[in-house]
Amino acid sequence: MNEPFIRIRRLKKRFERLEVLTGVDIDIEKGESIVVIGQSGCGKSVLLKHLVRLLEPDEGQVVFDGRDIRELSGSALIAMRQRVGMVFQSAALFDSLTVAENVGLGLKESRRYGTRRIGETVAEKLDLVGLSRVDEKRPAELSGGMRKRVGLARALACDPEVLLYDEPTTGLDPITADMINDLIVDLSQKLNVTSIAVTHDMVSAYKIADRIVMLYEGRVRFDGSPDEIRTVDDPVVRQFITGSAAGPIRSG
Amino acid sequence: MESGLAIIGRRGVNFITKLGGIFVLFGRFVISLKDIHRSVGLIFEQLYVLGVRSLPVIVIIAVFVGAVSAWQAAYQFKFIGAPLRYLGQAVGKAVVIELAPVLSAIVLAGRVGAGITAELGTMKVTEQIDALETMGINPVRYLVMPRVLACVFMVPFLVIFANFVAIMGGLVVSIIGVDVSSETFLNGFRHSFQLGDLINGLIKAAVFGLCIGVVGCYEGFNTRGGAQGVGLATTNAVVLSTVLILIFNFVFAVLLFRI
Repeated sequence: MNEPFIRIRRLKKRFERLEVLTGVDIDIEKGESIVVIGQSGCGKSVLLKHLVRLLEPDEGQVVFDGRDIRELSGSALIAMRQRVGMVFQSAALFDSLTVAENVGLGLKESRRYGTRRIGETVAEKLDLVGLSRVDEKRPAELSGGMRKRVGLARALACDPEVLLYDEPTTGLDPITADMINDLIVDLSQKLNVTSIAVTHDMVSAYKIADRIVMLYEGRVRFDGSPDEIRTVDDPVVRQFITGSAAGPIRSG
Repeated sequence: MESGLAIIGRRGVNFITKLGGIFVLFGRFVISLKDIHRSVGLIFEQLYVLGVRSLPVIVIIAVFVGAVSAWQAAYQFKFIGAPLRYLGQAVGKAVVIELAPVLSAIVLAGRVGAGITAELGTMKVTEQIDALETMGINPVRYLVMPRVLACVFMVPFLVIFANFVAIMGGLVVSIIGVDVSSETFLNGFRHSFQLGDLINGLIKAAVFGLCIGVVGCYEGFNTRGGAQGVGLATTNAVVLSTVLILIFNFVFAVLLFRI
């Protein structure tokens, strides 16, 4: 049997006395589009940050394309991170840089291309996310949806094999959120990247996921297709996907 | 309920942990210097932002430091009956050895150190530093190295200005308020001036700059929470760098001026 592209095994993480992840196991194949759902504070973003080693696990491992990422350091870690693009919940654009400088920063710092090629790539990626004539604007001048798109263009700049989305539709109006969902699906198909999104927005999850994983109490509670989750009997999963206040899940 | 001893113990451990973290960041800064050629533009930007823009406040501080030094020295001379021809010497020594380096550094800890922490702290809580890391960019090389180097070079540069302006401030007060001629004041200053004093003051200033830069970056990188966290980190940076400046100043006094 082939090794999965990304393998997460018995991942545990605690912050002081708070146990966030208590043993997460997930396999992710190349080209899959996975959505991790769960209550606010259940560790979705913590899980995502482990995939690019922004956080170190207390126990367990993350294996990326056959290599345990804890063993990577220096240029090997940089090379791994450059194969991954991450879109942050708040977009995390650099305030002091223009939109074009934000999108081109990774390319400039990797010294992969010259100035002209970087300019062309920036224009291409902004076009891919449906933005034009914003190159010279500062992040503060953009709407929430535009900031997410710029964040996505920046994540795409180095042609990643994996895209990580942290709450891609949080804080957006339903129409803009749907446009972002369409964009994520479109990019997954066009670029054939592996997508991993974390969200608590079920509309978004149904739209972009090939597979949905639900985290509950620090572990995987459900792992299956969008069709399977709609018919599951587990009261915890049912309560979450229907958004009901009544049930075994208490508000976090 | 935590006992007083336990609180002191916990705070002591936290302080030692913080000092350890600052040393680790300093080590990472030194290692990042191997890539200095990749950050030349960023370094010049910070030299301007942290250094040149601090010039007005340093000039204002230095004018009054020099002025009050001359006034107080003249008052004490009168009190003990010392001749006023030594006024230039007293003001010059006090300014070049102690007042200009220490007071400039403390003011810069407030202006520059706080600015560094607030900027990096905001970047931390808005995940901008995480974004740099995911792009394969070393945040120490990209953010810390230019700021620390700018502090190390610009604090001595500003102290040279402060020396000059403070002596001029002292001169003006001596002429107008104490009735000492410019010739008498400047002769006294020239008579006692030693290049070694100036160099020692500038070496101290460079070390103070290092403290301001490293502490500012450390507190910024370790900011937690939102706006409140940024405010707390900024206060911590100013307090800690000021304390370190005063401690190092004492160490330099003992090492450089043997009694």
